[in-house]
Amino acid sequence: MPWRLLRFGLSSKHPEPRMFTAPTELRASYDVVIIGAGGHGLAAAYYLAREHGITNVAVLEKGYIGGGNTGRNTTIIRSNYLTPEGVKFYDASVQLWQDLSEDFDLNLFYSTRGHFTLAHTDSAVRTMRWRAEVNKHYGVDSELVGPDFVKRACPSIDISCNGHAPILGALYHAPGSIARHDAVAWGYGRGACQRGVEIHQQTAVTGIEVKGGKVVGVQTSRGHIATNKVLCAVAGSTPRVTDMVGIKTPIYIHPLQAMVSEPMKPWLDHIFVSGSLHIYISQSARGELVMGASLDPYELHSTRSTLDFTEGLSAHMLDMFPFLSNVKVNRQWSGMADMTPDFAPVMGKTPVEGFYLDSGWGTWGFKATPVCGKTMAWTVAKDSPHELITGFSLDRFRNYSLTGEKGAASVGH
Amino acid sequence: MSRLPQRPDEWIDRSRQVRFRFEGRDYVGFAGDAVSSALWASGVRTLGRSFKYHRPRGILSMANHDVNVLVQDGQRLNVRGDVVPVREGMDLTAVNTWGGLAKDRVRFLDRLSAFLPVGFYYKAFYSKRWFPTWERMFRAITGLGRIDAATPHIYTHKRYDFCDVLVIGGGVAGLSAALSAADAGASVVLVDENARVGGSGMYQLGGDTAQREAVRGLIARARGHKNIRVFESTLAAAWYADQWVPLVDADKLTKMRARATVMASGAFEQPTVFRNNDLPGVMLGSAMQRLIHRYAVQPARRVVVTAANADGYRVALDLIDAGVQVLAVADLRDTLPSCPAVEKVRARGVECLPGTGIYEAHADGSGEVTAVTLCKVREGVADTSTARRLDCDGVAMSTGWAPAANLLYQAGTKMRFDERLQQFVPDVLPEGVFACGRVNGVFALDSKQADGARAGALAAAHVLGTALEVDPVLPGGEAPSHPWPVVKHPSGKNFVDFDEDLQVKDFENAVQEGYDNIELLKRFTTVGMGPSQGKHSNMTALRILARLVGKSPQQVGTTTARPFFHPVPMSHLAGRGFNPHRRSPLHGRHAALGAVFMPAGAWERPEYYAVPSKSRIDSIHDEVRRVRTKVAVIDVGTLGKIEIRGPQAAEFLNRVYTARIDLLKVGGTRYGISCDETGVLTDEGVIARLADNVYYFTTTTSGAALVYREMSRLNSEWRLECGIINLTGAYSSVNLAGPDCRKVLGPICDADLSPEAFPYLAVREGKVAGIPARMMRVGFVGEWGYEIHVPAEYGPALWDALMQAGEPYGIGPFGVEAQRLLRLEKGHLIVSQDTDGLTHPFEVSMDWAVKLDKPFFVGQRSLKILKQMPLKRKLAGFKLPAGYSGQVPQECHLVIVNGEIAGRVTSIYWSPNLGHHIGLAFLPPDMTAPGTAFQIRVTDGSMVSAEVCETPFFDPQDLRQKEQA
Repeated sequence: MPWRLLRFGLSSKHPEPRMFTAPTELRASYDVVIIGAGGHGLAAAYYLAREHGITNVAVLEKGYIGGGNTGRNTTIIRSNYLTPEGVKFYDASVQLWQDLSEDFDLNLFYSTRGHFTLAHTDSAVRTMRWRAEVNKHYGVDSELVGPDFVKRACPSIDISCNGHAPILGALYHAPGSIARHDAVAWGYGRGACQRGVEIHQQTAVTGIEVKGGKVVGVQTSRGHIATNKVLCAVAGSTPRVTDMVGIKTPIYIHPLQAMVSEPMKPWLDHIFVSGSLHIYISQSARGELVMGASLDPYELHSTRSTLDFTEGLSAHMLDMFPFLSNVKVNRQWSGMADMTPDFAPVMGKTPVEGFYLDSGWGTWGFKATPVCGKTMAWTVAKDSPHELITGFSLDRFRNYSLTGEKGAASVGH
Repeated sequence: MSRLPQRPDEWIDRSRQVRFRFEGRDYVGFAGDAVSSALWASGVRTLGRSFKYHRPRGILSMANHDVNVLVQDGQRLNVRGDVVPVREGMDLTAVNTWGGLAKDRVRFLDRLSAFLPVGFYYKAFYSKRWFPTWERMFRAITGLGRIDAATPHIYTHKRYDFCDVLVIGGGVAGLSAALSAADAGASVVLVDENARVGGSGMYQLGGDTAQREAVRGLIARARGHKNIRVFESTLAAAWYADQWVPLVDADKLTKMRARATVMASGAFEQPTVFRNNDLPGVMLGSAMQRLIHRYAVQPARRVVVTAANADGYRVALDLIDAGVQVLAVADLRDTLPSCPAVEKVRARGVECLPGTGIYEAHADGSGEVTAVTLCKVREGVADTSTARRLDCDGVAMSTGWAPAANLLYQAGTKMRFDERLQQFVPDVLPEGVFACGRVNGVFALDSKQADGARAGALAAAHVLGTALEVDPVLPGGEAPSHPWPVVKHPSGKNFVDFDEDLQVKDFENAVQEGYDNIELLKRFTTVGMGPSQGKHSNMTALRILARLVGKSPQQVGTTTARPFFHPVPMSHLAGRGFNPHRRSPLHGRHAALGAVFMPAGAWERPEYYAVPSKSRIDSIHDEVRRVRTKVAVIDVGTLGKIEIRGPQAAEFLNRVYTARIDLLKVGGTRYGISCDETGVLTDEGVIARLADNVYYFTTTTSGAALVYREMSRLNSEWRLECGIINLTGAYSSVNLAGPDCRKVLGPICDADLSPEAFPYLAVREGKVAGIPARMMRVGFVGEWGYEIHVPAEYGPALWDALMQAGEPYGIGPFGVEAQRLLRLEKGHLIVSQDTDGLTHPFEVSMDWAVKLDKPFFVGQRSLKILKQMPLKRKLAGFKLPAGYSGQVPQECHLVIVNGEIAGRVTSIYWSPNLGHHIGLAFLPPDMTAPGTAFQIRVTDGSMVSAEVCETPFFDPQDLRQKEQA
């Protein structure tokens, strides 16, 4: 047993302090207001405090810490993207992820599993080769492998997928990992609070005051705050916040659903993704299968679940892993994914001075959490976009310089 | 096996013995037994081990949330012993043990519990070096049952069903609701997850046999009612929008569409929280009653009841009737109400102790309960000076209930906490959803009947459109739930969540750490996240949190109740699966010719036709040569085929395609491309104008469904007067190509094929071999050619006629690979292979196909802007030197300039007609001049030199495919 646990048995009182700000009144003004206490918002707060010495920061959250997409995603972390901008950005994220548990003194269960993106068609094989080549160019460990390699890694997989979609190859990305999603938000939240940041839960932003093209304040359900800098990190609620400042973005919201099985003994070490079968799957440390599929095919600002999601996903799961027939699905849920036309995020400055966007994450915001916090903190502190995010600016839509990341989507959306 | 005398409505069939094994020992039960009841009857008390501390556990609920009694049944894992019927020959093992239930090698974890506080795994084990080792250990220890990779793919039936009123729960309230809705004329389905309807009315008797008679009457009426169908052993697994409820039974999933739902799902009895409340022998009072009345099993010999409502006294009475010695009823309430149940218990000589709770339960070496310590308890604090020890082998917990409101939450019901009832009850119900019985806060038998009748009548009125006003049934009597069923103990082990081994102090510690709202508390402690999804733990956790933060349960609120109510097997959800495979009408012809098929979207298409004794590539090259020198035919029936008719058909297509479709003459065709709003190329095809108001056009194979969907969507906005008809499956089509194609088609076709009458890019309607056909002069592969479309059922006849007519000319089929090579020789791109998610027409030199001066088309605005901007890349032809023998680049290998990515190869083939490799690649615009050399990096990192060249590579003037002016 690790020594760290001894103190729990040897102390009569639980020897742990509060992790997050105890509820207090809002101050009249803050240097920076961050909307959204998910992983992204809290990471930005953490790096603002740690790396830029900006600690007079309020993170406002209408619900609770990590209650949005941070707590709803399927926790896959990878950097096998398609565009140079994407690969460099997510690679920087993976580098940060690897040290995060030790940085936080909090076990995030960051578990490197190896990530397969299966190709069932010759066009998918071409895309995997493209991604592998771009990845290798930037030093990211990805390679195009054949079906035999897949079979060796997971002998129980039905390589023909029940005859429906034979696996022709795969992009294998050894650094692919999973992590305990909630703990990421808690770690960043604690780290930020320790450095003086305030987290206000159950505090909804109802308006943002803009004067002369500059942010001057924020209206909340608990009163007014004066501030010149607002960072919006609210994923599926982005359109509601951008409406408050009158900014148009091409972000649109689709539900993204997931489900989890009852726990079972470990049999699946890797992460598998199939574009043709629209599934992704990993097995958590608790032994649950965490499963996801493609976006719901219509725009909807809701986190309702549907039956046909579980039906389609289960059918495809059994095509690939028929022996899971007796495994039971415990729970399903849904999040709101903020999609962009080119599948790359929208980050950085906006036409409103002092209003910064961290949005457009679609289906892959979780894996970007550390690098996003770090680069957005830099951007907010210096009022200038960090070099890693220049490809993700809002004005790229106006300038027709899109960052086409659709080919790196795990499943067809 | 020891059983009580025959019970009047027992579920077991004493005439049928069932032999099974558990943990390597043989047992006998009866048909109708649950695994747990059969084992309990055989004297087995320790049925499983807990999730975290591996403590011995026995029966808790017998109600499908005993997740500490999960067993492995061969290939079936995590089988719930408390509800799954025992079957002959079962060989069962407890899931969560190392080395067997009795000698579980990790049971020492219980002794280390002080070092393993809530969330302990977050607080250690994270050094980069050691985490992988720890993780392996964690994964091995957690995880419950095992999968067997030899398990077959189980296909389960699905069916659709409909009803006016779906009643969920077949207890007294549900039966009453079903009857009143059915009497009003509604068609009713009554579902109950139990093997028999009747609910608590059949086992929570308190010695009242008249009650059972009443329930029997309801059951008989429901079974006999022409408007009621009763589904037993059927789980209503969730509630989805528009009254869409999956019903799960042993061998199928029924998707029920109801017009109204009545939730009569009852309530879950909640454990009392005291030290060692998890010992085998300590169980819910209702579990004891189920054992007695359903399975004729005596739960224990000497029982102490901890109570806080009348139900506890009814338990005592049922126990006494079953020959159990009830030592005492310890009631958490300060004063005992003078109700009949209490009086009856007193009359049987049982000590009834007000203001008293169990401070602690004690175990023997086996870990099973042998005694309890009772103390005076006030607000959860025991006065240990009043401690009194009673030896017993069973403890019944009857201190409160939580509503089984999961589906009500899923339906969007607003719930409110009723302080008097100490229960959440529906406050605002969604339209068409009704609640009755315990889930509605109504507990007494006659009240439940009235409440069910009320809800059923309202549901029927909702469905039948009749107006009805009925008064609510007010819950009467005492509160069924105690506000604080928790007795503190300095040594803990007072469990709140049995799935996750969570004790009271875990919640206190979590709140101390700042996890002080219900959602954070749930995620940090994992309360309610085990397989029972909080059925026996969420309510107590909420009470604890409310006390710790000084709020009411109403203010604390509940967590979201997500599907499913109980876990549902993937086989049921999957059903037979749906993987549409499409085959062309010519599939059999291809197979007979030796076709090797490849997937193309949902279609199977001939990749090539294998020639015996020849390699794949030689077979393909043979096909290519046949097209170039003789005549050959390819099945292009997988292309999307859409017809648009109507006065505004031209206007519609003009808005969708970038070309001037309105200027196309009747009898002509035009190549068309479409873009999205950002100007990105989305699809291509040939558009034919058959008449003024009739267009017929093709799309790519993979794009067919999307194009049709998008066009339908667009016209739902534009509302132009035209109809869009997807004829993809209705037509079969082939492309007949090659220098001799006119000679083949001429004799069997009634159209004039002379170039004057049927010029390049014309469309004609006529008959081929007597079959009505649409024919287009096309040149995709670079030869004289006709694309012939006929009704799908005539496809094979057309194919046979062409093959027969072509025999003298050496006709043969060609497949997709040959076509890809032939089109590459002509420099034609394939959308999605030679384009990507950002490619606009100017990048692929299709400026000629984009008419920016039209009034409007999708993507026009973007293309006008892009036209003014410098190109970032351009698709260009390239070749490798003749005789090149090094590594051949593959599609998507990168073009490298000065060490940076500058482009990529999109297509590459060796051309048998040209004798060298040809390809298309995206390049920087300043590198696309013919003759420019560039470098391609192949997989192993080495560089290959290539040279830009003009396209078409073959027959650059297109002399072969069209008549010369």
